[in-house]
Amino acid sequence: MDTFIFIFLAVLTIGSGLGMVLNRNTVNSALFLVLNMVSIAGIYLLLQAQFLALIQILVYAGAIMVLFLFVIMLLNLDDERSLFSKVRAKYISAFFLGVVTLSLILYSLEGVADLLPEISPEMETAGTVEALGDVLYTDYLFAFEMTAILLTAAVVGALMIAQYKKSNNGASE
Amino acid sequence: MAEVTLSSFIVLGVALFMLLNSAAIAVYAERRVAAFIQNRMGPNRVGPAGLLQPIADVLKLLLKEDVTPTEGNKFIHAVAPMIPVITALMTVAVIPFGEGLYATNINASVLYLLAVASLGVYGVTLAGWASNSKYSLLGGLRAAAQMISYELPLGMAVASVVIFVGSLRVVDIAAYQETWWFFFLNPLGAIIFIIAAFAESNRTPFDLVEAEQELVGGFHTEYSSMKFGMFFLAEYMHVVINSMLMTTFFFGAYHLPFAGYWLPELSPLVKGILDVSVFTIKTGFFMFLFIWVRWTIPRFKYNQVMKLGWSRLLPLSIANFIVIAAILFFIVN
Repeated sequence: MDTFIFIFLAVLTIGSGLGMVLNRNTVNSALFLVLNMVSIAGIYLLLQAQFLALIQILVYAGAIMVLFLFVIMLLNLDDERSLFSKVRAKYISAFFLGVVTLSLILYSLEGVADLLPEISPEMETAGTVEALGDVLYTDYLFAFEMTAILLTAAVVGALMIAQYKKSNNGASE
Repeated sequence: MAEVTLSSFIVLGVALFMLLNSAAIAVYAERRVAAFIQNRMGPNRVGPAGLLQPIADVLKLLLKEDVTPTEGNKFIHAVAPMIPVITALMTVAVIPFGEGLYATNINASVLYLLAVASLGVYGVTLAGWASNSKYSLLGGLRAAAQMISYELPLGMAVASVVIFVGSLRVVDIAAYQETWWFFFLNPLGAIIFIIAAFAESNRTPFDLVEAEQELVGGFHTEYSSMKFGMFFLAEYMHVVINSMLMTTFFFGAYHLPFAGYWLPELSPLVKGILDVSVFTIKTGFFMFLFIWVRWTIPRFKYNQVMKLGWSRLLPLSIANFIVIAAILFFIVN
């Protein structure tokens, strides 16, 4: 069962990745990317990395992609006719049916069942919040703090750039 | 991976059944309470005291014609109403309804709640976009902006509870409140959480998503029949879910006030019945609060909502978190 779920998620991840790259419609691309992130979270969950899976959904699918969509929806308002006429429900159902069929074919190939390595029993404890926090705040404290400073600097920098343009325009008027 | 036991399935089944029905009850309660506040009768014709009104409503919605915009994206238009319903239903998996009465006890269930809540934004945003109407799009974008803004104070308020308990399990948070509810230990966090929860579920005074004067119907302007019904259902399920979360995080979950001091040891059956009753009564009170506020307080302006979220609630919640962390570190330890 685990093997099948893994193959299904893997095919879904690759399929949605391809869909994201090949799609001309930006909103559809963004939605494929959301699907991609959620299926990667599923793979993490299969590896018993619960914390990583939840953070993947919370940060990437929940926050970053919503902002992406937000920007795309505001930018593409001009040529909306061409945006809508392209996608048909049959293509989307074809995509999902294709993913299911391909994963079934791959699963039914001989010898696939013992392709996957055993998940190490230590993952039961290593994937939890407590274990991760313990390591993050002792062994990797320096790297963690440096990342925090880098992110803060990036946010402050972005704010500075946004504010600079605004005040510059105000001055020229 | 933890074993899925029979009791998990039973709790989950009962919880999902109750949640779906509670949405119908919330709709009925909303109309009756609104009528009471506005000094009129409210629905009282269908069944005894109008109790069958929700069934009549749903029947009416099912029989309506389902209109889809010709230039809209039909697939996303059809999928979008399911997303908020699914995320609302996913939430009950980690809420404890009594001592030991929960479906799962996953390791980071608080993060699970936040992750599921953040996925709910897609339903509203995509519905607005797929309708290909300016009112819908503006409504959807407003919803996305508002929900992202209020997720931060909501998360900080929850974090200020988590540092008391030292665990990200909702079950542990509920169990910790046996003697002292977090409302007494962390009143500011409770208030921030309640305000942010109102904004997250798009209820008045934060219902700019569907401000009729500006946006006709907001993101569901182009929705009809049961697709609209799904949004309607999802709104009331979010009211119920947020009432449950307020109860769980700040108002003692299934514990009576200061129960640790005076409540004697009870047999498991009596304790179970008592726990579930206490939880239900508290949830019912917060559902009433949601309705009460809706029919009492007028809507904010959009800039006021954003200002309240980013420049009032967020700094306040961060300051609250830091003060509580300092008190716990220097005084309690």
